Amino acid sequence: MAYVAPSPRFLPWLTRKPRPKVFAEGAKRVQFSSPVLPYLFLAPQLAVIFIFFYWPSVQAVSSSFYIEDPFGFGSTFVGMSNYTDVLTSAQYRGIALFTVVFTALVTLFSLSIGLLLGVKADAVIRGSSAYKTMLISVYAIAAPVAALIGMMFFDQHIGPFVEVASWFGWDMRVGLSYSDTAFAMIVVAVWKQVPYNFIFFLSGLQSVPVSVREAAAIDCKSGFRRFWTVTLPLLAPTAFFLLIINVTYSLFDTFGIIDVMVKDKAANNPITLVYKVYEDGFRGNDLGSSSAQSVILMIVVFVLTIFQFRFVERRIHYT
Amino acid sequence: MASLDINQVSKIYAGGNKAVNSVDITIQDGEFIVLVGPSGCGKSTLLRMVAGLEEISEGEVKIGGRTVNTIEPAERDIAMVFQNYALYPHMTVRQNLEYGLKNRNTPRADIDARVAEAARMLEIDQYLDRKPRALSGGQRQRVAMGRAIVRQPAAFLFDEPLSNLDAKLRVSMRGEIKRLQRRLGTTSIYVTHDQLEAMTLADRLVVLNGGRIEQIGAPLEVYHQPASTFVASFIGSPAMNLVQGELHGNRLAVGPSLLTLGGHAPTSGEVTVGLRAEDLRVASSDEEGLQFRLDYVEELGSQRLVHGHVGDQALTASMALDVALADEMKLAIDPRRLHFFARDTGKRIHAPGTAPASQPSVMEVA
Ligand SMILES: Nc1ncnc2c1ncn2[C@@H]1O[C@H](COP(=O)(O)OP(=O)(O)O)[C@@H](O)[C@H]1O
Ligand SMILES: [Mg+2]
Repeated sequence: MAYVAPSPRFLPWLTRKPRPKVFAEGAKRVQFSSPVLPYLFLAPQLAVIFIFFYWPSVQAVSSSFYIEDPFGFGSTFVGMSNYTDVLTSAQYRGIALFTVVFTALVTLFSLSIGLLLGVKADAVIRGSSAYKTMLISVYAIAAPVAALIGMMFFDQHIGPFVEVASWFGWDMRVGLSYSDTAFAMIVVAVWKQVPYNFIFFLSGLQSVPVSVREAAAIDCKSGFRRFWTVTLPLLAPTAFFLLIINVTYSLFDTFGIIDVMVKDKAANNPITLVYKVYEDGFRGNDLGSSSAQSVILMIVVFVLTIFQFRFVERRIHYT
Repeated sequence: MASLDINQVSKIYAGGNKAVNSVDITIQDGEFIVLVGPSGCGKSTLLRMVAGLEEISEGEVKIGGRTVNTIEPAERDIAMVFQNYALYPHMTVRQNLEYGLKNRNTPRADIDARVAEAARMLEIDQYLDRKPRALSGGQRQRVAMGRAIVRQPAAFLFDEPLSNLDAKLRVSMRGEIKRLQRRLGTTSIYVTHDQLEAMTLADRLVVLNGGRIEQIGAPLEVYHQPASTFVASFIGSPAMNLVQGELHGNRLAVGPSLLTLGGHAPTSGEVTVGLRAEDLRVASSDEEGLQFRLDYVEELGSQRLVHGHVGDQALTASMALDVALADEMKLAIDPRRLHFFARDTGKRIHAPGTAPASQPSVMEVA
């Protein structure tokens, strides 16, 4: 894939894990003999960020103001018209709507299934680190493999999901029917993200102090109520972090899943905004519009980031 | 308020480790019981079995006459204070205090009254709207106590509640816990590894060792008549001197020194002899005593601890500041203040003349 999407991989500040405070406080100040030396150490990282993030971003912004000749014979400055075209297009708004629904459903289901599994696993492995290591090592191989397996579920010929659906009279046609494709996309996207959420929720649950749970067990006899009033509020930092991660995942990292399901299929299939950027830019050769769309997406990411900084990092921290 | 019965209770952890071994304690209504022993002796495990946080492997726990073995912690009518406070970090102090009452559907007016009362007693009124992270360790511990008090439970369970506080605060909180417990009259079990805390708080001490009870008794009884060498060396500071000696008739030999006892010795042959540091004094020239070689002196301000050897056995004596010290001294002790323990089992051997009830001048020493 030649396209450099503003995927979270290239936005290091989006995928930051909540750092344990001790690193910041416990880290010693290192004194360098030369003031240039620290910048030399930083140089490779800075180069990567510059080449793979800032440079394409600047390119995208500048080319969003031009219409490029499809055959590559120069370009014409058109001001904001790429943006107005995109934003007034009914098709674009339809895709935006699907993206919102898709993101909401994928985030909702992957978070809640991840939480449910985390709670169940936590009850089993409390205190047993052997189980914990096993579960975490499963996650280490899960993500890419899970995506592949998820995709196979919906294979027209061998997919068990398609087969099961047919028992109920549901003739599932992924890649042909809009709603069937949407369904498959959501299921595979959730399937792929659940292990990630699961591990984070599990470690969040494990970090709730045992004595706080025990105090709650003495104060409240209903386990369900204890979960809602004590455990879940203490998981809030983890949950908000995962919320941001899951939203960006649904928006950007599901590209591969969508690509496999709709590539080379002419029918009216659901796609998300990121995929539309790719289609217009690399299939339609409409670089101007594609750039304008990616700038719009960048703005969405910025808003999410600001939200994360303001709300998640500042407000939800317990000591 | 209620009596508490711990009946032949054992805890066997997975792997067969018997952390608590057939423990039997009967606790009166309103009594303050302190479980004391070195780290890992099973104090917390026992307390947690009473609380319902740990399953009872064998035996029976009764609170107010009701067997609670299979009853949930929340329904045992107990309140617990934890070492690390275990406050709910996302709730304000007031919400922390209210939580247990709300879950029991206590009427609003009642909750408010109890919270106000507890906050006043513990002087945490002005912190009620703060989160725990904005409180100091001592304040947090007060909130944790408040959370127990508002519940008005049948029993308080304390698991080393003062261990995380600094020394000065520990002393003042200790006094406060004692005062509160007296005032509320609530049956309490208090776990600590600190023998001084145990001595000062307890109505009765339960000394645990390796999951078994070594001795149960009032603090001074345990101090003056330790039931075993373990108790003797654990209770009291400095620890009781334990030296090897031999009894013959009415005479005791410790290394090269000979002491004459008031009456006939309770046994004869090899024994372990216990001597409290404060019972030792410098002998006058015509008196018999232990030949003591001084090694070094620890100044404590009000008195000094004199460390040295009798023969090849270490011995510590506590001396007033005006006592003249020499490198070689003779130390005397009232023979009635000697403790004898069986060399093999470490169990106390009661002298016929010094049976538990007639121990001389117990209060004098205290
Ligand atoms: N969950 C557990 N599983 C196995 N052994 C345990 C467990 N908890 C405590 N123990 C063991 O039981 C013994 C008593 O522990 P504990 O009651 O915590 O001691 P204390 O509170 O007196 O320091 C210790 O030897 C400890 O290692
Ligand atoms: Mg303990």
